Amino acid sequence: MRLEGIPASAGYAEGPLFDLDRPRALYSAKASTAEEREALELAISKAIGRLTALAEAADADAAGILEFHIAMLEDDALSGPALAAIGAGRPADSAWRAALDAEIAGYDASDQDYFRARAADLRDIRDQVLRALSEDGEATAPLGAILYGEDIAPTRFLETDWSAGGGIALRAGSTASHVAMLARSRGVPMVVGLGAAAESATGLALLDAERGGIVFSPSPAEIEAFRESACSFADRQGAAQTFLTQPAKTRSGTAVRVQVNIAYPSDVDGIDIATCDGVGLMRTEFLFGKTLPDEETQYHAYRKVLEWAGNKPVTIRTIDAGGDKPIAGFTVEETNPFLGLRGIRLSLKRRDIFRVQIRALLRAAIHGNLKVMFPMIATADEYDQAAALFAEEQAGLVARGLANKLPPLGIMVEVPSVALMPEAFANVAFFSIGSNDLTQYVMAAARDNSAVAHLNSVHHPAVLRLISAVVDFGRDKGIPVSLCGDAGGDPAAIPALLSAGLRDLSVAPAQLAMAKAAIADVAV
Amino acid sequence: MSASAEATVLITHAVGLHARPSVKFTKLAKSFAAEVEVAVAANGPWLDAKSIVKVMAAKAPKGTMLHIRAKGDGAGAAVEALVDLVQRDFDEDADHARSA
Repeated sequence: MRLEGIPASAGYAEGPLFDLDRPRALYSAKASTAEEREALELAISKAIGRLTALAEAADADAAGILEFHIAMLEDDALSGPALAAIGAGRPADSAWRAALDAEIAGYDASDQDYFRARAADLRDIRDQVLRALSEDGEATAPLGAILYGEDIAPTRFLETDWSAGGGIALRAGSTASHVAMLARSRGVPMVVGLGAAAESATGLALLDAERGGIVFSPSPAEIEAFRESACSFADRQGAAQTFLTQPAKTRSGTAVRVQVNIAYPSDVDGIDIATCDGVGLMRTEFLFGKTLPDEETQYHAYRKVLEWAGNKPVTIRTIDAGGDKPIAGFTVEETNPFLGLRGIRLSLKRRDIFRVQIRALLRAAIHGNLKVMFPMIATADEYDQAAALFAEEQAGLVARGLANKLPPLGIMVEVPSVALMPEAFANVAFFSIGSNDLTQYVMAAARDNSAVAHLNSVHHPAVLRLISAVVDFGRDKGIPVSLCGDAGGDPAAIPALLSAGLRDLSVAPAQLAMAKAAIADVAV
Repeated sequence: MSASAEATVLITHAVGLHARPSVKFTKLAKSFAAEVEVAVAANGPWLDAKSIVKVMAAKAPKGTMLHIRAKGDGAGAAVEALVDLVQRDFDEDADHARSA
């Protein structure tokens, strides 16, 4: 079984799964309030002692994080509410858990990515003390294991010996977490946002943190293909770095624009804008996380990326929920979600939610070079309806005297009806080919079903012919055409894409150097 | 009557008053005898500047005007030192926290 996620730190890992979410040992309640209080204080100082020992052995980045944890634990303001609850008769473990969960909720509710990511640190602090309270000597992961679970604590990362390889695969998690940052700096492969739980978290697994996926109980063929990818990644990575700072050019000197795909506003913090030609795809569904973000949260998220990019273009895709990306309170349960209410279809159905995003985009547009595109467009009427909503909301903002700007509006080319008849869309500002979905719809092979993975190939002549037709149409009509699917960053697919006429690719940030290196190898 | 001091400073560090900077900030505050408080709005609420739990919970991003006030022994020096730390971006390399 293969699950798709978001790469948080590029690389490959093959190893046994280690379940991060095994139940912990239980705390045994004490006889008196005084003993409960003492137990908590002892557990806190034990946790501080463990962290101090870790910090002494850690490098500067890791020590900085550990010092933060220690400072939090040393602060009486943290234990105060728990000690008060113990005084009111609660046992130490539930008092501490409740006090920390209240703090964590405060961080989870922050509209700042960075502060929201600190909830993971607070959970770690909470669990460090709970662990000391219950004296649960957790089994350590075997060397080279792939740590799999809902999320991972920074201390767990630091306590793990990565010298023999291994990786991290999370059902939730964030590319902005401390662990993601550590993983990138240590070169530990990590994938987040894998979603649904595997049936059993045991046995061998293959972690592909270059494209973002994990294979459970792989077949010999899958293992062989995986090892080839892993070897080639290591080779390419070494050779590619020299290309990163240069504009992309083919062997014949043809210039190719290379932009980046991002999912979170904080993704840009790790990217030097000089190394890319802008943002070819900013996803917005992950912003929606557990709750629907309000207009201000979205406005600040978009503005941050626009300001980072300066005068380079930032193409933001309106919410592409549904399919394999459900959002509570927004998407609907369907038997065949890839062919159901997803992308623009859902946005046009839930206009209350769509209009909030449109207002945030219109307001953010004044802060940079914004372009907006709609996902899953199948008919010209859908584009017209979405464009009309932009016009309506703009009129509303003007009436309220709020600064705004109407960005160029383009469409994703991922439904075959568009790729077959691009002439029906001659009025859009640009086309962006979503090769993942275009391939799965042309080949009728679901992206998330490994049994048909051999059919799901952008190299199939039928897919390449459609891409080529869209590029030709765009050239004739002066409509820019780019590609933002995974194929754009895949060195094996780049020659075929350039041959099809594409000169504008958008890739995952971690693939930037290797994509440029692959382009330099093509003679077009 | 004991000494008191007050100042306002703009947070210019890329991600604001976050984990490592708040460790430095509260450590520095603790090195003074004076009672030191911070707020992210002129009218409060005022938070104990020596408590990292309280300072972090203010979740002050880049661009926040941070209000600092102190009273008691060394109040003036405390406010001056803390303002200076914020103006020096907490001696942090802004990209340090997110090397890709």
